[in-house]
Amino acid sequence: MTTGIDLQQSFVQWLEGVGVTPGLAHALWLPLPMVSVLTFATLWALVATWLERKVSAAVQQRIGPEYAGPLGMLIPIADVVKLLVKENVRPAKADGWLFSLGPVVVVMAVLLAYVIVPFGHNIVITDLGVGIFLWIAISSIAPIGLLMAGYGSNNKYSLLGGLRAAAQSISYEVPLALAVLAVAMMSNSLSTIDIVDQQTGYGILGWNVWRQPVGFVIFWIAALAECERLPFDLPEAEEELVAGYQTEYGAVNFMLFYAGSYLNLVLSCLLVAVLYLGGWESPVSVDALAGWLNLSLDNPLVQVIAGMLGITMTLIKAYFMLFLAILLRWTVPRVRIDQLLDLGWKFLLPVALANLLMTAALKLTFPGVFGG
Amino acid sequence: MTMIETRTDPMVINFGPHHPSMHGVLRLMVTLDGENVIDCEPVLGYLHRSMEKIAENRTVVQYLPYVTRWDYLATMFTEAITVNAPEKLADVPVPKRASYIRVIMLELSRIASHLLWLGPFLADVGAQTPFFYIFREREMVYDLFEAATGMRMMHNYFRVGGVAADLPYGWVDKCEDFCNYFLPKVDEYERLITDNPIFRKRVQGVGTLSREDAINWGMSGPMLRASGVKWDLRKVDHYECYDDFDWEVQWATDGDCFARYVVRLGEMRQSAKIIQQALKGLPGGPYENLEAKRISSGPKSEWGGFDYQFISKKSSPTFKIPKGEHYVRVEAPKGELGVYILGDDSVFPWRWKIRPPGFINLQVLPQLVRGMKVADIMAILGSIDIIMGEVDR
Repeated sequence: MTTGIDLQQSFVQWLEGVGVTPGLAHALWLPLPMVSVLTFATLWALVATWLERKVSAAVQQRIGPEYAGPLGMLIPIADVVKLLVKENVRPAKADGWLFSLGPVVVVMAVLLAYVIVPFGHNIVITDLGVGIFLWIAISSIAPIGLLMAGYGSNNKYSLLGGLRAAAQSISYEVPLALAVLAVAMMSNSLSTIDIVDQQTGYGILGWNVWRQPVGFVIFWIAALAECERLPFDLPEAEEELVAGYQTEYGAVNFMLFYAGSYLNLVLSCLLVAVLYLGGWESPVSVDALAGWLNLSLDNPLVQVIAGMLGITMTLIKAYFMLFLAILLRWTVPRVRIDQLLDLGWKFLLPVALANLLMTAALKLTFPGVFGG
Repeated sequence: MTMIETRTDPMVINFGPHHPSMHGVLRLMVTLDGENVIDCEPVLGYLHRSMEKIAENRTVVQYLPYVTRWDYLATMFTEAITVNAPEKLADVPVPKRASYIRVIMLELSRIASHLLWLGPFLADVGAQTPFFYIFREREMVYDLFEAATGMRMMHNYFRVGGVAADLPYGWVDKCEDFCNYFLPKVDEYERLITDNPIFRKRVQGVGTLSREDAINWGMSGPMLRASGVKWDLRKVDHYECYDDFDWEVQWATDGDCFARYVVRLGEMRQSAKIIQQALKGLPGGPYENLEAKRISSGPKSEWGGFDYQFISKKSSPTFKIPKGEHYVRVEAPKGELGVYILGDDSVFPWRWKIRPPGFINLQVLPQLVRGMKVADIMAILGSIDIIMGEVDR
């Protein structure tokens, strides 16, 4: 089992080699992961918006964006630029603080959770012991931001949207956490790295999705509800609440909400990949690759390739889930609020509990397969 | 013992006239208790254009271009009723061929109208995609209209005694192609929509209107038929030549939004079947003006007969509406579209009262949405199928 490259160590060693003091070298390293996460997460969210347009266009027998760059790939940039240069309007009687802070809180909460997404053994910002739990905890902050926005907008549609967002995220956090708990139970750890490690060894058959099919479905449904994606996009239901909590927002603040929702979606898809689809595991193992190239596992080239492969595999899995989410959004109608809550409390919660119990029982019976 | 009670004040919220799902410019003042609807009051008149008053100083031919703006999605029906009213009053005969052309046009228009009901209805319950699919088929209907009448929406095609122009050469084949293409497409919609569990949950048992209520509120069209009343003016009034064709009145008994969906989908199929039969039985065949046939078979040609004309007699621009009064109605896609005409032996009607189906059907909305959820307002409003152009006139 290879531990892969240690970017921090190499970076610090390189700086020290150039003649920088160890303290300064560590200080210089500190912002790098954060900046890269900020950059890449934003990039992935932009790609997600482009995919949303293209896939929805294909579903609806349209062409979609095609003039802004090849295949319209620059359309997210155009969106961002347009929203950046727009005037930021605040309604006259809105609560200034809540109105401005709402979108910030949402985006901050989502971005913070990217900290625990692993792309390889050492390609993760921080391997926290509480890992996945951090995400569940932090994701509860986002609805507070939505509530702030809904309440602070001084608009009845916004208020209804904010309240819906709060009700929805509270209802779906419980089954979501229970589904994650079953995975954590099998891995004996909350750390995302350990969860992926536990899925290695049997190729595709080792993935959690086979051992946790029910949990996978519950997680996916709950994650879609958390991301407010159709069929669960009630907080911003266009036909009912105009745009829900976003109604009064424009320009940069709107962009933050928009980015927040796509960042959240990408994050959820990444976590599906990590929790259920084997994370950075690829069908071609790094060992075999090194064998073909006649290189030892410690060779830097192999390490770089392994790192790239891990990132690519995670992204491929995540974007496959994203594709499914987009396809779902443009196929199904929206559920009603009471049906949404019914589904959350009366169906998903009992099933998730039963799944947890089942996992515990199976773990006791077959410790070899279900992680002893 | 005193009970601690939490009580929320009801919230009055304004939907429209610029709300995304208010189908134009309807305004609803909705009283909400959380997500529950306590009351709903429709406010009308944002698209009022004095259509009835305008009719009082226009001759029939002058007025015809206006009428397609009542129900701008089922335009042929407004033209049909505008010429039917003076026709019936003056007892103008309509050639068989003209009547067949009218039926074809009316049923095409019914398909177009129902298609543009299906898309927004699904959008109202949250599924945007069918909107694009229905436009695909609706475009073809409008292409057919364009070929025959020169206009896609505001055709100005019907005339007292017939239609303005005969069908162009090749149109019949194209229309047949459309029918053959369209029927499988309805199955495609069904596959996409009908059995979707979320859709079923959103529309089944929502907005239920009982048979008695439907009759008492004066409902008509699919609203009435979905509540278990087998009432279709095409069968009841035997107007035009609908009796020549083999077709069924679509009806359902549940009275909810889903029943209305089923009825409308069934009507699209029936309309396509009526068109297919009408194209086959079109007196004189698929020729433009039958000129070639007439010339080749000499002056005593059987094709010169009355039934093979597209218009009985070119109606004069100063066609006088005789003294008398009369109520004329047709089965429009939204329901019973009627005109109560009072003639005064003048070129203008003395009174031109329109009975728009959407206006009458809309009255029942407050009763249907009371006690439902906010999201149900949109589903129910969508299922009523209103066009503000004809509601406000």
